[in-house]
Amino acid sequence: MNKVENNKAWFLVLPVVLLVAFSAVVPLMTVVNYSVQDIFDVNTAYFVGAEWYREILQDPRLQDSLVRQFIFSFFVLLIEIPLGIAVALMMPTKGRGASLCLILLAIPLLIPLNVVGTIWQVFGRTDIGLFGWALTSIGIDYNYASNPIDAWFTVLLMDVWHWTSLVALLCYSGLRAIPDAYYQAASIDRASGWAIFRYIQLPKLQSVLVIGVLLRFMDSFMIYTEPFVLTGGGPGNSTTFLSQTLTQMAIGQFDVGPAAAFSLIYFLIVLLVSWLFFTTISHLDKAK
Amino acid sequence: MNKQTKKKLGISAYIFFVLLPIYWLLNMSFKSNEEILGTLTLWPENFTFDNYAVIFTDPTWYMGYVNSMLYVTMNMVITLVVALPAAYAFSRYKFTGDKHLFFWLLTNRMAPPAVFLLPFFQLYSSVGLFDTHLAVALAHCLFSVPLAVWILEGFMSGVPREIDETAYIDGYSFHKFFIKIFLPMIGSGIGVTAFFSFMFSWVELLLARTLTSVEAKPIAAIMTRTVGATGIDWGVLSAAGVLTIIPGLLVIWFVRNHVAKGFALGRV
Repeated sequence: MNKVENNKAWFLVLPVVLLVAFSAVVPLMTVVNYSVQDIFDVNTAYFVGAEWYREILQDPRLQDSLVRQFIFSFFVLLIEIPLGIAVALMMPTKGRGASLCLILLAIPLLIPLNVVGTIWQVFGRTDIGLFGWALTSIGIDYNYASNPIDAWFTVLLMDVWHWTSLVALLCYSGLRAIPDAYYQAASIDRASGWAIFRYIQLPKLQSVLVIGVLLRFMDSFMIYTEPFVLTGGGPGNSTTFLSQTLTQMAIGQFDVGPAAAFSLIYFLIVLLVSWLFFTTISHLDKAK
Repeated sequence: MNKQTKKKLGISAYIFFVLLPIYWLLNMSFKSNEEILGTLTLWPENFTFDNYAVIFTDPTWYMGYVNSMLYVTMNMVITLVVALPAAYAFSRYKFTGDKHLFFWLLTNRMAPPAVFLLPFFQLYSSVGLFDTHLAVALAHCLFSVPLAVWILEGFMSGVPREIDETAYIDGYSFHKFFIKIFLPMIGSGIGVTAFFSFMFSWVELLLARTLTSVEAKPIAAIMTRTVGATGIDWGVLSAAGVLTIIPGLLVIWFVRNHVAKGFALGRV
């Protein structure tokens, strides 16, 4: 669409700019401020430059949770994106069945994050939870509270349960937008099921998949409440992700300076990786 | 037909996987603690409403739901009021710095809430908004507004410009055109935006818990007190959990016909 050049449009965006400036710029400047100062009390603060950044980058706690965070987000994308596409392909296309599927699939998306944690905390327990009880009764030694591998497995399973629906619903809406003529042409050409998927459905899903991958990456990278409720970050530190490390530092120990430096590095990583995803995918798009 | 049957089996299996943990929570909410901690039963053998009675008779419990609903509603209203004109501007006009502004808005969606924890606490305390519903609503706006602008912009771009122009020729003022003609045309977009704001604000706990102490404490934070000296009160915890799922179900019921388009953020 050709847009009209009109700077009066600024008046229409002004409310958003003011609101976001109040709730983003002011706090962000506070964080920047903290990250370069050593603050003892309201009146005594020293400028320390990049000191906190140097300290925090060498902190093994940060390094470890960063590695865990990347592994977690990698597995989340690896499992949820293909599974979401598969679920979307299996969904009925019209009628009551379609609405029912949409509603049932969307349920996990609307449960408060700590309740999601609670559901799986209960569900995975070997004494009162169906899942843990079922695994133990078929002879698998499962305990998410003491075995790091089981804890990881449960956290991942919980995230798959929680968010695959989002990818599925995105893909479902992408699939519904493909005109019937495409499928008719394919059936005249006697295209196989795989060919229809590879050459018609997948390319048409690209724009929704970009949204899906971005949202899933960002949100899995910021995950806090669910693993915190489920495992408390344990056993040991095995499921402590970045947000939890940061919260421990900022609220638990009041290390404001290092926590602020950490915050900015964290934010920049999310920005950078999201930008990388976005440009790579849109470049692939142009190359075709 | 064979292929259709396979699809049906597959989707049923997935939905079974989605519903099973929720069923387990529902199951536990109708049991007494003795039954929960006793032998494992697939359905409640001594069916009881006691756990729900605890919540509905104690104001410190049910006020949590009221608080959560209040700030979620405020968040939805504020988000729509500021995002609608902005999305219109982005979809219709070119103006100095529009692309940068749009990207800057989106970057806020990428900020981990944990980053804003401490500064938010200090900011809202200093302006006297700490422990109010408005503080939580405003804090959540930071994350819901960028997404709202993005979704609405997608829907608005699907409405042809000619409609705007015809309305102006017919003598409509901008306000009248926007409210009477334009908004009804993007009704499903507004529904979906409200849904996404609800989705973010209702499920978020970290900020909501940090910015409140007593007056505006969300239900999700109140739930933690089922952990007492004598152990966890599993029955009441499950009942409280089940009650948090119901508002979500109502919302999804209202937007069910728009989700297909809306989940692609108006972009298919």
